[in-house]
Amino acid sequence: MQHRWNILLLASAIAAPMTMLAFVLGPSSRSLASPVPVPDLVELAPGTFRYRVSGEFTRDGKPVSAPIVTIAIRHTLAVMRHQVTAADYERCVAARACSISDIDAASSDHPVVKVSWWDASAYAAWLSLETGVPFRLPKDEEWAYMAGSRFNDDALPERAYASGPVQRALMAYERHASREEIDDQTAQPIGTFGMNENGIIDMAGNVWEWTDTCFTRNVIDERGEIATTSVNCGARVVEGRHRTYVTDFIRDARAGGCSIGTPASNLGFRLVRGEKPSLPRLFLEHVRRFFGLG
Amino acid sequence: MAQDLKLPRQKIDLIAPPYVHAHEQATKQGPQIVEFRLVVEEKEIVIDDRGTKLRAMSFNGSIPAPLMVVHEGDYVEVTLVNSDTNSMLHNVDFHAATGASGGGDLTLVNPGEEAVLRWKATRTGVFIYHCIPGGPVVPWHIASGMSGAVMVLPRTGLKDPAGRPLRYDRIYYIGEQDFYVPRDTKGKFKSYASHAEAFPDTLETMTKLVPSHVVFNGRVGALTGKNAMPAKVGETVLIVHSQADRDTRPHLVGGHGDYVWETGSFQNPPQVDVETWFIRGGSAGAALYKFRQPGVVAYVNHSMIEAFELGATAHFKVEGAWNDDLMAQMKAPAPIMPRTNSP
Repeated sequence: MQHRWNILLLASAIAAPMTMLAFVLGPSSRSLASPVPVPDLVELAPGTFRYRVSGEFTRDGKPVSAPIVTIAIRHTLAVMRHQVTAADYERCVAARACSISDIDAASSDHPVVKVSWWDASAYAAWLSLETGVPFRLPKDEEWAYMAGSRFNDDALPERAYASGPVQRALMAYERHASREEIDDQTAQPIGTFGMNENGIIDMAGNVWEWTDTCFTRNVIDERGEIATTSVNCGARVVEGRHRTYVTDFIRDARAGGCSIGTPASNLGFRLVRGEKPSLPRLFLEHVRRFFGLG
Repeated sequence: MAQDLKLPRQKIDLIAPPYVHAHEQATKQGPQIVEFRLVVEEKEIVIDDRGTKLRAMSFNGSIPAPLMVVHEGDYVEVTLVNSDTNSMLHNVDFHAATGASGGGDLTLVNPGEEAVLRWKATRTGVFIYHCIPGGPVVPWHIASGMSGAVMVLPRTGLKDPAGRPLRYDRIYYIGEQDFYVPRDTKGKFKSYASHAEAFPDTLETMTKLVPSHVVFNGRVGALTGKNAMPAKVGETVLIVHSQADRDTRPHLVGGHGDYVWETGSFQNPPQVDVETWFIRGGSAGAALYKFRQPGVVAYVNHSMIEAFELGATAHFKVEGAWNDDLMAQMKAPAPIMPRTNSP
C-alpha cells in the first residue's frame, strides 16, 4: 500500500507542475488542432463597494442579519460576458475532462444547467489548460461586484431577527412568495434576461451561478466584530435572483436547495479570469493541497 | 321524481379547491334537495414550473373537482354538462351514492349533452367522485384530473370519540393527483396536439405505474408560496384529502392529526393524536387539527420522494404567537464545544 501511494505521489508531483506549465507557456499543444477560444470577457475596473457578507451570523447565541462591509476589488476583474453554454460544456465532456451532466441539448445559445460545483470547477481547470488563461469561479463578493444593480440583498430587516426564528421564516417565505417569479423555470436562451450596467448578460436570470465561496457560520461579539467563523466548504454560495447555499455535489437544487422558500431554479456558472501565478507558487500550492493543507 | 319529494331546494355554486363553499357544520333544518352543477372541461394545462403540459380533463375546470358539502338525509341533485367543445364521453360515479356504478351508468353524456342524477346521502363521511366512462379510458380520465369529493356531514355535526361536538374554523380540500406524462427518447416530457393523440403514450406510461408527477391541487406548487393556505394559531382546520387512484399518507410537519377519520366515514369515531394517516387510493379522509404554533407548516404525502421530487407538498402559513413551552431553540447552530466533565 505504502509503495503504491509513493508512486502516486511521485506521479502527481511530476504531472501537476507539467499542467501548470501550460499557464505559463500558453495553450497546450492538443488545442492547436481545434483551439478552444478564450471566452468573451468583460473587464471591470477595480473599485470599492458595500457588500452584505454571505453566511449565517449569531450574536449572544441568537441569529442576526449578516453585516455589510466595504470590499475593495483591487485588480481588474475579467468575467465571462455570458454564462457557460451547453455547447461550451459539451466540449469539455468530449475531452473527457468534465463529467457528463444531464444536458438537455448541447446548444450554443443555452446556458449549461444541472452542473455541480465540482463540475464547474472541473470545467474551469480544463478551460485554463486549453486556453492557457487561468479561469476560476468567482468569489461571492466578486459576483456581487459584477452583478451591480442586479445583486439582490435579500437579508431580512433587523426587526425580523428580534421576532424569533418562526416569524423570521414566515417573513422570508412571504418575501419569496410575493416576488414576481418567472413562470417558466426552464433555462432560457442566452440574453433572455438582458444586460446589466457592466455589460454582463443574464445576471440574476433564472440560472443561478456557483461561486467559490464556502458557507460560513459566524459569531459576532459585543463590539459588532466577527469573533469566530466556522467554514463549511461542503456547501458553496450560489447567486442569482436570491442568494442561497447549495451542497457542492448537487446538480439540481430545485427540491433540495432550501427546505422551505424558493430554491434555485437551475444551477449553472460563469468564470472569471484568475491570476496568473508564478510557477513556484503554483507548485507550492499544489503540494499544499495535495497534503490537504490548503 | 325529484319534484315528488316536496322538499325544499337549495342551489349551491361550487368553488375551486382548496376552498369549500359555505355550509352549516350542523343543521336544525330537515333534509333538502341540494343542487350542484358539474361542467366537464377538456383542456391543456401546465403542471409544474418546468412548463410540462398535460392534456387534462376536469369537472368545473379545477383539479381536483370541487368539494360538495351536504348533510345526512339530503338529496344530491347533480347536473352533469358535457360541453360540445369537448371530444369525449364522460360521466360521474359518486362513492357516497348507492346503485348504478354510483350514478356512472345513468350519467354518460356525449359532447353537447347533459344529464341530471339524484342520489340520497345515506352515509356520513367524505367520499370521492370520479369519471368512469368505461373501458381502458377509465383510469386515463381519472389520471387526467377527473375526481373530486363529497362531504356528507351528520345533521348534528362532527363528534369526538366521546360524542362531544367538534367544530372547525376553516376547511381546506386537498385533492392529490398522480400524473403520467410520457417522455421522449431523450427523457423530456412530451406534449400533444390533442387528447386523442396523447392517449396511446399516456396509457403505456400509466400501466408502468410510475407517476411523473404526484401533486396537490393540479400542479406542483398549487398550494405553496403565493398559494399557501392561511391559518392562525388557535384555529381549528379540517383538512379533507382525496386520492382517486393511489395510496397516500398525509403528514403535517411539526403538527398532528388531533382527530382523523382515516377511512372517511364519520360514522366511525375518529382516531386521536395521529402522526401520519393513510388515505387509501379510491377514497377520501379527513383530519382536524388546531394550530398551536405559527410558521410555515408543510403538509405532505410522507413518501418524501413524492413530496419533494414529484410535487406532493402543500404549505399552511400560520400567523400567531410562538409558544416557548412547546418548543424553544436553546442554542442556535454553532461549532461543537468541547465537553467538560461535571465536577
